[in-house]
Amino acid sequence: MTKAITVSGLHKSFGRTHALDGLDLDVETGEVHGFLGPNGAGKSTTIRVLLGLLRADSGAAQLLGKDPWNDAVELHRRIAYVPGDVTLWRNLSGGEVIDLYGRLRGGLDKARRADLIERFELDPTKKGRTYSKGNRQKVALVAAFASDVDLLILDEPTSGLDPLMEEVFQECVREEQSRGRTVLLSSHILSEVEELCDRVSIIRKGATVETGSLAELRHLTRTAVSAELAGPPNGLSGLPGVHDLDIQGNRVRLQVDSDKLDAVLRSLTDSGVRTLTSTPPTLEELFMRHYQDEVRTEEAMAR
Amino acid sequence: MTAVADTTFAPRTGGNRHLAGTGALLRLALRRDRIMLPLWVLAIGGTTASAAGSLGAVYGTAEERAGVISSMTTNSSLRSLYGPVFDDSLGALVAWRYVAFMAAFAAVMSLLIVVRHTREEEETGRQEMLSSAMVGRRAPLTAALLVALIANAGIALLTTLGLAGEGATGALALGLAIGGVGMVFATMAAVMAQLTETARLAKGLTAAVLGVAWALKAAGDAASTDGSHVLTWLSPIGWAENMRAFAGERWWVVLLFAAVIVVQGAVAYHLAGRRDIGMSFLPARPGPANGTLSTATSLAWRLQRGSLLGWGIGFLLAGLMFGTMTEGAADLVGDNENTREILERMGGQAGVTNSFLAAMIGMLAMLAALYAVQSVLRLNGEETSQRAEPILAGAVGRIRWAAGHLYVAFGGAALIMLLGGLGLALGYGKDFGPVLGAVLVQTVAVWLLGSFAVLVYGLLPRVAALGWAYAGLSLGLGWLGAALNLPSAVMNLSPFEHLPKLPGNEMQWTPVLIQLALAAAFTVAGLVGLRRRDMQN
Repeated sequence: MTKAITVSGLHKSFGRTHALDGLDLDVETGEVHGFLGPNGAGKSTTIRVLLGLLRADSGAAQLLGKDPWNDAVELHRRIAYVPGDVTLWRNLSGGEVIDLYGRLRGGLDKARRADLIERFELDPTKKGRTYSKGNRQKVALVAAFASDVDLLILDEPTSGLDPLMEEVFQECVREEQSRGRTVLLSSHILSEVEELCDRVSIIRKGATVETGSLAELRHLTRTAVSAELAGPPNGLSGLPGVHDLDIQGNRVRLQVDSDKLDAVLRSLTDSGVRTLTSTPPTLEELFMRHYQDEVRTEEAMAR
Repeated sequence: MTAVADTTFAPRTGGNRHLAGTGALLRLALRRDRIMLPLWVLAIGGTTASAAGSLGAVYGTAEERAGVISSMTTNSSLRSLYGPVFDDSLGALVAWRYVAFMAAFAAVMSLLIVVRHTREEEETGRQEMLSSAMVGRRAPLTAALLVALIANAGIALLTTLGLAGEGATGALALGLAIGGVGMVFATMAAVMAQLTETARLAKGLTAAVLGVAWALKAAGDAASTDGSHVLTWLSPIGWAENMRAFAGERWWVVLLFAAVIVVQGAVAYHLAGRRDIGMSFLPARPGPANGTLSTATSLAWRLQRGSLLGWGIGFLLAGLMFGTMTEGAADLVGDNENTREILERMGGQAGVTNSFLAAMIGMLAMLAALYAVQSVLRLNGEETSQRAEPILAGAVGRIRWAAGHLYVAFGGAALIMLLGGLGLALGYGKDFGPVLGAVLVQTVAVWLLGSFAVLVYGLLPRVAALGWAYAGLSLGLGWLGAALNLPSAVMNLSPFEHLPKLPGNEMQWTPVLIQLALAAAFTVAGLVGLRRRDMQN
């Protein structure tokens, strides 16, 4: 079993800007892989390198076992790409554009095209200039999902879609997965990521900071604990992995790295627990932490 | 891993994978240009093809033609404008009158086509999605050049067929000359599209080279009676002239075209295969971090000032060039009836020098009308590209927004006319007052043509491009109408016909005031229409 995408140590600069700084990415065949990171982290640059539109300065990248730059054309028969901001030609109809992309990829499933047009409620006879943002997105999505390909690369594909269409999009991605296709999904809509992705990679400043299943990622983050104790707490501050400790009389609030929860609970029960709430981090908190770290380090550097 | 069972597409990528998808892109381009392309080909090829009839009506006999020729070839100023005449056959006369102009039009068409299907696609982001499919790295460039080749071949074919009655070999030579210049500028635009980051700059640089090529040809022809001057040979338009269609064709000039086309094409292909998509070899410089733009008018100025600067420099240089030729106009064989007649039709009744100055000012004015229309129609571009919407969503009324661009259009038109006049007077070395006055009088017609574009844009935004029609008609009548002896009812359609031919004639205020009133009325009507109609999306 080959991996669908393997990237290691990818570097790319534009003049003095280092867009990619040793990025790694592994996507298993048949999985839906979330690709996350704050604006400007290098997601779109990575995708452009994977599509052979940019040539990496150094590092290795393989798609479906081939080189994205040298084998671009052969590879693209098996890839469908949806950008976050689709531009259409003013005087071509949506249907014409869908068929064009079908021809330019590995071919188009006619029945599936008709089905998708109906589900996305798209009027394929309208000219490019008359489509709204969401409808332009739908043209690209129909073209991608109706194409006969092995790998879908979706770069914020649902921007501008309404919640109903977002639902249709998620169904389509699941159908693609059940057919054994691989999906790389870059998105800022966390509910979408949580709903669809088997694994995610979080990148920041051109490098991968975290990768794994959502469960694994949760494990790496902190749990919020607040407790009311029978007596004053004891030795909590000395425990590893405890943060933001706040003790007021017998009340304790703290954050603890999820894998260090055991020791904290033991210490708390030693003092006698009256009430205890423990909140696992929400996905939002998880990402905010990764996204905000950047801000914090920048602030620290500025000081 | 899913195996790729479908191999039916393999032959398409088999040959050269860098060219994969060229066929599909070519079909896409032809489909997109289904209206524009035939119009260009018909306008350029058709005009040339029908020239034998129209010129034949004016210069039917060999004596009439010999008269024109003797006057045209002896006067350096006229030669620099139209080029030398090589023979007194009707075919040779057609070639003389049309080859340079039509070659320049073919060049403009070609550069627009090539940039439209290369850099413009990258700039809008459409190329990124296209290139994510089975499209080789050199396919977009190849498709664009093929479209240009089809268009130029169409022009050459129409020319050859239309003029075959005057001699098939001459007709073929003329067709090849026009198409050859077209392809030289197509491949040059292909190189520029690799070097620059924006389509606008790629078009501008190629157009600048075209301007230089025209100036070199004009200077070379002024200095030599048979197109043999070195400056003429430095210009592709000069080569077209030196093909000598209908006058002992020099077929080897075709090799010159072929060599330049191949070299430029090779450079473009080399660059295209080596760069990242959307990137360029001349990267855009970063802009300021903080902006000072605060009004719709200052935004309009900021958006259009680059274009105005280019036009201004061009007009100043053109004025200087024509100005230095003015003395030469007086060298004209004084008693040549034909020349005088032609000059009088083009200019005024007074002295030859004044006629020449008036004719040049008239020509600058016709070009300035193109600036005015382009600048006015920037409104339409801003509107249809959705850039106007957020501006109008601010505390800016439609009239205020439009007015910003109209100041630049009308004020800019006056400014470039004054710069052209300044150049003329400087080059000539005297008559500053009369020349600048004459320039301002002609500006009135420029404003009228610009205001027509405002009218069309305000009332019929879907066909705003028709704003070009009146200016184009006036330009065509001015350049070709006089030599064709068109009926005055037709000639009178051009506002330039009604204005006094200055310097050298009496100033007449009536036509000036009427045209000013018309221009004001058109502008107001257009603005009222703009305020009342729906904005386009």
